[in-house]
Amino acid sequence: MMKIEAIIQPSRFESVKDALLEIGIDGMTVTEVRGHGRQKGHTEVYRGREYTVDLLPKIKVELVLPDSLVNRAVETILKSAKTGKIGDGKIFLSRVEEAIRIRNEERGESAL
Amino acid sequence: MGGLEPFAPENLSMKRMGILCCCILTLVLTSLPIRAQQTPASSPVTSSAASPASSEPSKAVADKLNQLDQRVTAAQSSADNAWMLVSAALVLMMTGPGLALFYGGLVRHKNVLAIMMQSFALMALITVLWALVGYSLCFGGNGPVIGNFQFAMLRGVGVIPNADYAATIPQLTFMVYQLMFAVITPALITGATAERMKFSGTLLFMTLWFLIVYAPMAHMVWGKGGFLNASMGGKFPTLDFAGGTVVHITSGVSALVCALYLGKRVGYPKQPMPPHSLVLSFIGACLLWVGWFGFNAGSALSSGGLASSAFVATHFGAAAAALSWSAAEWLKNGRASALGAISGAVAGLVAITPAAGFVGPRSALGIGFIAGAFCYWMVTKFKSIFGYDDSLDAFGVHGAGGTIGALLTGVCARVSVNAIYGEGKPVGGLDGHWGQVGNQLVGIALAWVFAIVGTFVILKIVDAVTGVRVTEDQEIQGLDITLHGEEGYNLEA
Repeated sequence: MMKIEAIIQPSRFESVKDALLEIGIDGMTVTEVRGHGRQKGHTEVYRGREYTVDLLPKIKVELVLPDSLVNRAVETILKSAKTGKIGDGKIFLSRVEEAIRIRNEERGESAL
Repeated sequence: MGGLEPFAPENLSMKRMGILCCCILTLVLTSLPIRAQQTPASSPVTSSAASPASSEPSKAVADKLNQLDQRVTAAQSSADNAWMLVSAALVLMMTGPGLALFYGGLVRHKNVLAIMMQSFALMALITVLWALVGYSLCFGGNGPVIGNFQFAMLRGVGVIPNADYAATIPQLTFMVYQLMFAVITPALITGATAERMKFSGTLLFMTLWFLIVYAPMAHMVWGKGGFLNASMGGKFPTLDFAGGTVVHITSGVSALVCALYLGKRVGYPKQPMPPHSLVLSFIGACLLWVGWFGFNAGSALSSGGLASSAFVATHFGAAAAALSWSAAEWLKNGRASALGAISGAVAGLVAITPAAGFVGPRSALGIGFIAGAFCYWMVTKFKSIFGYDDSLDAFGVHGAGGTIGALLTGVCARVSVNAIYGEGKPVGGLDGHWGQVGNQLVGIALAWVFAIVGTFVILKIVDAVTGVRVTEDQEIQGLDITLHGEEGYNLEA
């Protein structure tokens, strides 16, 4: 089992969600986050005082999938989240030890 | 200059404040003979009868004329009273929720309730003080500097008009209208002490400030016998239609003194502290604009042409200033901001306040235009040069705006708008009476002096009794949680 953590542009979220749904992936956890890599922020001015805002809003999508689905999911996310500009985000993959469904305590890949 | 004061537990300072309150109350109550409230007749002041008749038809005509006279007077009174009651409501709305929202949106979200609570608490506190002694100190007697206790406990204040001030409306109306001014004036100061002043300290400070700074200033400019009163033969008649000196200069300058005494907020100016909700500020500013019609046009104390004149001047002043502040910002930063536009409007309203019932519409545009740009400069350049933390620009907008407005009133006042010195007698510079500008300077100077000296003394007293500034921990955590045990937004609830 692998976890996919994708930090994407908020404007791309709807198409990423739809694209994942199309390949049969409908379980995900979504968080609103702030951050930046190389993308610059912007400056706000309030009554003459400048504030640099360098933490930009992003969406983090987390998926835990059986190994067999991971590559397809990653490709799907890449295709639907990409705009080609700086600030598109990143995808991280990590191994997951165990998954347990709370309702019936099922374990393993069938719990996903 | 005051920095962070050592921690004084809230319950100890409350005890001290309680003792001080009891002392003041005892002093006030024991110095007044308690007399029953006057219960007057329900009809307004009527004019005297027409000339006596010697024959029957003449008498009938005279009676009829007399009757008509009474009905016309009653009609005028009704119109005036209706407008004045609405105006009083509008001015109260300026404090709650106008100012509360305007200031509330400008602070960080952890302090939103605290700043609103200060305005709201004043709505309650000043009302009680006004009833006890405030109205009397402002409008009683005929002393040059301060009133007396003739109206203490609102004794004698009923439906019969007080002809010294407003002959066509019940004195109750006049009293409650003026009360709303006394409420909002100290509330303006909270803008400079925002995010770091103790609530107990605020209450004590406002009580003393109201008695020591506001009451004398209000009496001198608007009270019978007042030294600066332009409509009642004051020695240095200062034209102040609705409170440029009494309200804006006093509160604005006091705000600066407070900001300097309290010191800067923790982290200021390095740490970013942008407004947490300009949406709230926007709503507040619009409520202020609309409410200001009550503030300025209501100061005509009648519903006739002068009220119309003041209404129009007020509106034009706001509009011109919103444009000029935005223009200044556009030139400086390359774009106009929402905060700039609403701040500009407020600055214009402040500046037109002393002028509203004395100047024509074109002058109003001019005054607004100047005030918008001037106040923009004050809150950006001037403030950054001297580096004081006037958190919400109470001085930059009210102190500066009130000062420039009061000066321009001396220039732009016209006898054709308001023959305050008598028919045909020149009023301001545009009438050729440039000496009025000199009088304005006297009034302005007095307001500055009272504000500076009074506020400094009061701060010293408050610091000794309750303390003025919260602890650094309280400031960092936020005043809503630490002073009031609440959060403004429980969005997860």
